[in-house]
Amino acid sequence: MAKKSNTRILDGNHAAAEGAKLSRVQVIAAYPITPQSPVTERLSEFVEKGELDAQYIAVESEHSALAVCTSASMVGARTFTASSSHGLAYMHEMLHWAAGARLPVVLACVNRAIGAPWNVLNDQQDSVSQRDTGWIQIYARNNQEILDSIIQAYRIAESIYVPVMVCYDGFVLSHTEMPVNVPSQEDVDRFLPPYKPHTTLDPNNPKNYNLVTFANPRVNAEGVLCHGYMELRYLLQEALQNSRETIIKVGQEFGELFGRSYANTLWESRLNDADIVIVAMGSLVMEAMVAADILREAGHKVGVLGLRVFRPFPKADVVKALEKSRVIVIFDKNISYGLEGATCSEIKSALYGSSVRAVIRNFIVGLGGRDVKARELAEAVNKSLLSLKEGDLTREYPEWICAI
Amino acid sequence: MGTRDCQHICGESSPAIGEAGKTGEWRDSFPVIDPEKCVVARQNKPACFLCWLYCPDAVVTKTIPIQINMEYCKGCGICAEICPADAITMVREQ
Repeated sequence: MAKKSNTRILDGNHAAAEGAKLSRVQVIAAYPITPQSPVTERLSEFVEKGELDAQYIAVESEHSALAVCTSASMVGARTFTASSSHGLAYMHEMLHWAAGARLPVVLACVNRAIGAPWNVLNDQQDSVSQRDTGWIQIYARNNQEILDSIIQAYRIAESIYVPVMVCYDGFVLSHTEMPVNVPSQEDVDRFLPPYKPHTTLDPNNPKNYNLVTFANPRVNAEGVLCHGYMELRYLLQEALQNSRETIIKVGQEFGELFGRSYANTLWESRLNDADIVIVAMGSLVMEAMVAADILREAGHKVGVLGLRVFRPFPKADVVKALEKSRVIVIFDKNISYGLEGATCSEIKSALYGSSVRAVIRNFIVGLGGRDVKARELAEAVNKSLLSLKEGDLTREYPEWICAI
Repeated sequence: MGTRDCQHICGESSPAIGEAGKTGEWRDSFPVIDPEKCVVARQNKPACFLCWLYCPDAVVTKTIPIQINMEYCKGCGICAEICPADAITMVREQ
């Protein structure tokens, strides 16, 4: 069990910075943006005070921040960056590069809405929009999970050489203080061994990494058949397909050492007898648990399924968690324009071919910081139950909890 | 027989001749040198060598006579363009 750990009152950004510090990051490059800025401020303070032996590299943009991290990761440094919203969008190209180069960068995404129009408040459009860049995405429900997930993210990323994005809701978590158990450096060191890069830059054995790679495989000078572009893409997909096992093993070992287990991809609450399941991601999961309490008081058997890991999407776990459900109500703080919320599409996709024949309803909520109250979630579930007699399993488009 | 044996997980190569494969396979036309016109061949001494200088793949030798390594000549035709004696003709691969 944990030794010398202590409970402190931290906001989410401070928890993220403590997580990076305890992970002994060696290179930090980040550009400030609301609501992420305090993460960068805190880390630069750690470095300046000599509390963290790292290079803090000031850059002129988020694109450069991640370019610095990928380069430093390639030469063997443990790297950390953080961003939000427009900043994350500006990193888009380098997100692809980090994943394609198989560099275990860890990024804290402080979820914020994206313009136009300008908005600095919370939703999850920013990270959901980066879903297909090949990064593992983990969503935190509270500040403890932010700190714990960042430490675990390095173990996961460096085991399978896939970058990890730890996402948490802007302001709702980033600027809200709550008790956080901060593990001792000694225990984190036992949990997280030094980073061993898969790329070796050695003047005596020069290599060219991530060179122009053609469509077809090629035979190199030593007569070895090397991957074409498509084989490398296959290997990235394979790494994510197989990453669930690593994520669970790392989460379990974390639990054994620190007493908080993450041997899961989903947070399951009261699913045992539930025939109505609320699905959400991030801090909204906590609100959904309050909504479930309200609905339970009214006699409904309601459970909550929280998506902890969004990529890889835990299809089999989702099917198993939802197998007893009769009604699934999915709340998304994002929208894939012209279709529906992203998690709704993915849950439907996971259920295809399973025995689950539940009614599915999707609600878009909380965009641009719109407050989401437990009472509103409960009302949406009640509304979904009333619509059951119409007999349609699904709806063409989601409903919105807004004033239109 | 797949590509896993290379054990790479990202694009990787070493600086070595032939690392990108036999790039001569890319060629759709090849250079033919006419010794009756080539300055080096006619004078039988080190002279001109503009084809050697301009070849972007360094497959032209600075020898008498000039030789072209057809394993790596991509057939770009720069040598034929630069030759002041019009001694090099590009011929379509069959």
